Amino acid sequence: MNTLVEIESRLLEMRQVARQVSDGVAPQSPAAMTDELLNLAEQVMTHWLRGKGSVPTKAKKEGFRLLALQRQGSTGDPSFNACRESCRELIYYHNLVHLEPEHPQIQIRVGMARAVTQHLCLFIGGKMQDPELGDFCCSSRPLHTAA
Amino acid sequence: MSEKYKTVAYYPGCALEGTGHGYNRSTKAVGRKLGLDLIEIPNWNCCGAMEVKNIDPELQNYLSARNLAIVAEKMNVDTVMAPCNGCYHNLKKVEHDIAKKPKTQEVVDRLSQKAGHATYQAGEVETIHALDWIKEAIGEEGIRERVKNSLKGLKIANYYGCMYTRPRNIFPEKDQGEGSESTHNPHYMDDLLRAAGAEIVDYPLKTACCGGAHTLADSDTSTKLVLNLLQTAEDCGADVIATECPTCHSGLEMHQIRAEKEHGIKTSVKMLYFTQLLGLALGLSSRKLGIHENVSDASGLLKERGLA
Repeated sequence: MNTLVEIESRLLEMRQVARQVSDGVAPQSPAAMTDELLNLAEQVMTHWLRGKGSVPTKAKKEGFRLLALQRQGSTGDPSFNACRESCRELIYYHNLVHLEPEHPQIQIRVGMARAVTQHLCLFIGGKMQDPELGDFCCSSRPLHTAA
Repeated sequence: MSEKYKTVAYYPGCALEGTGHGYNRSTKAVGRKLGLDLIEIPNWNCCGAMEVKNIDPELQNYLSARNLAIVAEKMNVDTVMAPCNGCYHNLKKVEHDIAKKPKTQEVVDRLSQKAGHATYQAGEVETIHALDWIKEAIGEEGIRERVKNSLKGLKIANYYGCMYTRPRNIFPEKDQGEGSESTHNPHYMDDLLRAAGAEIVDYPLKTACCGGAHTLADSDTSTKLVLNLLQTAEDCGADVIATECPTCHSGLEMHQIRAEKEHGIKTSVKMLYFTQLLGLALGLSSRKLGIHENVSDASGLLKERGLA
């Protein structure tokens, strides 16, 4: 498994790769790229769960391990739900790329999948340094813990 | 025009009197132009923002409740409009907490009595955002009819930020099917700016965290988060990121500068409040909309597009 720094660095590399998609010179197919992005996102989630002392689930939710991991991460820690939409966006673009590999907007779709994965990596990486990221703004930990 | 939100109590909040002054100015100017009346809450106070919530969430609830109590007791309106996502979120949160948690009502009652003013009871006032206000009172058709200077050709990524939709249980009016706002995929800003002629690009980070609350404590994380928001908007083809929150807006502006300084990465996408964009479409001058008060200088772009 890659470290968070390695994942972040790979995601930055993939920004350039994603731009080569429509020129047909990208070293990976769009489908392979979104598969890799999904895998990197799962690794980010795994870091978070292991850091919190949990054993990352192998289960899937709605057909994706990433969603099961996100659900597991937010159990008892509602601020983690701030990254739920990013996980869903990644899966949305992953599915679009797989369903329509010849779509004229394929480069944009791969690029968006990469961008949301990067957000996920930065947000969770940020939370691992500073666990209160997201606690007192959007996710309102006091509201959830008191409810 | 719907009469529902024609006249509302206006809660600008602290940021709109400081870094978000352009948002304050443009919200008032657009309201006037659309024939909507804003009556500022007399003697309003800070909503407790993130600072008080961090230390004592019940004290923050009281601070927000006091503003609602003034509207309920002293103003002849039943709706308060807050353009700032943080204020909007906190007013919605106290409404939720008072309705669901007896302890909150007890604290609000006790502190209100001690301060010598009326307390607040759940349901006395409805809190809405500036987006709800224009969407409900004027609507897309109403905007289309009033456009004098179409935003045609301007590509916009709408950034809603996190507090407008999360946590979703404090926004019971959202996710109510067709026409209502969505917490998963908010679209009111898209609807209004599209009606003003803009091209709205798909922006997958529209509700992603910008690290706003940690901008001082952990600037590096915030800069990286914002840089990703800016680069993604550019990758989507956007000329402008439209905002609806002063904290998000100034975070995007400040970290755009910091990203260039710290990481050597320059982005050129401009930030404008959605009210500033709507105001331009309605024929208001950029001066009246406070565009010159933004840190992000969009004047060149707006002139080039014939909007200023």
